[in-house]
Amino acid sequence: MTAKTIYQWTDERLGLSELAAFARHKTVPVHSQSFWYYWGGISLFLFMVQCFTGVLLLVYYRPGADAFESVRQITFVMHFGWLIRSAHSWSANLMIFSILVHMFSVYFMKAYRKPREFGWLSGMALLGLASLFGFSGYLLPMDELSYFATKVGLEIPNAIPWIGPAISSMLRGGLQVNEFTVQRFFALHVVVLPAIFVPLLGFHLWLVQRHGNAMPPSEEAKPAAQRKTIPFFPNFIRKDLGMWLVSLNILALLASVFPWSLGKQADMLVPAPMGIHPEWYFMSPFEMLKLLGNFLPGEAGEIAGLLIFTIGIALWVFIPFYDTTNESGRRGRAAHYFGLLAVFALLATTAIGYWTIR
Amino acid sequence: MSQALNVPHIVKEPADSGEKATRRGFLIAAGAAGLAYTAALAYPIYRYLASPQEMEASATAVTEVTLKDAEKLPAGSVLMFKFGSSPAMLIHHEDGRWVALTAVCTHLGCTVQYEPQADRIHCGCHGGVYNAYTGANVSGPPPKPLKLFKVAVGDAGVNVSRT
Repeated sequence: MTAKTIYQWTDERLGLSELAAFARHKTVPVHSQSFWYYWGGISLFLFMVQCFTGVLLLVYYRPGADAFESVRQITFVMHFGWLIRSAHSWSANLMIFSILVHMFSVYFMKAYRKPREFGWLSGMALLGLASLFGFSGYLLPMDELSYFATKVGLEIPNAIPWIGPAISSMLRGGLQVNEFTVQRFFALHVVVLPAIFVPLLGFHLWLVQRHGNAMPPSEEAKPAAQRKTIPFFPNFIRKDLGMWLVSLNILALLASVFPWSLGKQADMLVPAPMGIHPEWYFMSPFEMLKLLGNFLPGEAGEIAGLLIFTIGIALWVFIPFYDTTNESGRRGRAAHYFGLLAVFALLATTAIGYWTIR
Repeated sequence: MSQALNVPHIVKEPADSGEKATRRGFLIAAGAAGLAYTAALAYPIYRYLASPQEMEASATAVTEVTLKDAEKLPAGSVLMFKFGSSPAMLIHHEDGRWVALTAVCTHLGCTVQYEPQADRIHCGCHGGVYNAYTGANVSGPPPKPLKLFKVAVGDAGVNVSRT
């Protein structure tokens, strides 16, 4: 049997030639903002790294009462265990970072407008899930830092009126963060979240294939004859894979030169160490709530904080339904300034957050 | 790497004999880089996954085990213990003789059992039978005898060592 007959046999059953034809005709726009097209792909690559290193960690990790001991074993006993764990932690942080870059580039290119609303919404859901991945994964080593970060983090849902305490207790598996919490965060981190994330990611990627890359308004204003494109296959794919390789190199460098540390075993009777703070991607909300608590002390501040937060996130998520027209009208400008305000608020509160830890 | 990625563009330039050489050079370089990356990723992952085997290998390097208070083992009974990482048995026969053997069936690796009434070693998985003094495979599927250890009974314990 020749390669050709094998191809024909498979093609008849799977329709490979349709796929090939699709790939041949797919193009990617080229313009001054093309650089931002890579960040979705980088996020995807880092997610694959997470799956891969996550499975490797799963080989030795034991949730529950043994959690800290098993991570200690991975880090200090198993050959290269420190590297696998370090790569997983670094890649998690880089993934959140690249998702944020991707989100803001989509926002400022106004790529959420018709027909890409579902792309924006599914992307926001993926970011939400990614931060839950981060929050649940952070506890799993059960060292001092992860213990107190989780304790503090669970105070946020706790502030929701009426149902808050029930939600927190449900997440914690009791009134205290303990081995039950690790066990359920583990179930969340390795089964529940991936089971939701992966199909949603498939949907998100399918939408990108369906609608193609969005162009920034400045590019859309040009007549079609003046716009430049390159073929998706092989030209864009080659560049995309090149970016993956760059990401892999950066990740390898960070993971090996700055190995992720493991603190002391969590002990609820030992006071929290000084300068405890959330991961950088949670620093901004943490700091906003803290600042608001200064103006409005007590429960009123907590509830006001959550309210402002919920409204801000809702405005952000539903921007495609506010800024709908393709002309750069008043609404388009308002959305643009709202985006700038969001970037400024995030950066400023993160900076204040780090400035005030001591 | 961006340099290597740019190389295919050169290929688009007018065809001559130099083009083929460039293309071949690129493919060789890309192949070598790919191999280097694969090796750099595969080596730590292999070592990581192989860690328990290596730890066990150092555990099986054990050449003797002292079983505390095992000299008090009554005649006609057995003590199961770990020699390195694998199960082993110390039998105190009715006639007073001490025998230590590996307790891993040579057929398919089940842990075997001493039967004092029949004074034999029996494997529950497929019915293999061994002589409880010599470890010789008497009947059933086992292809080889169980290995014997050297036994030294002292005041404070029984010392079992490789022969």
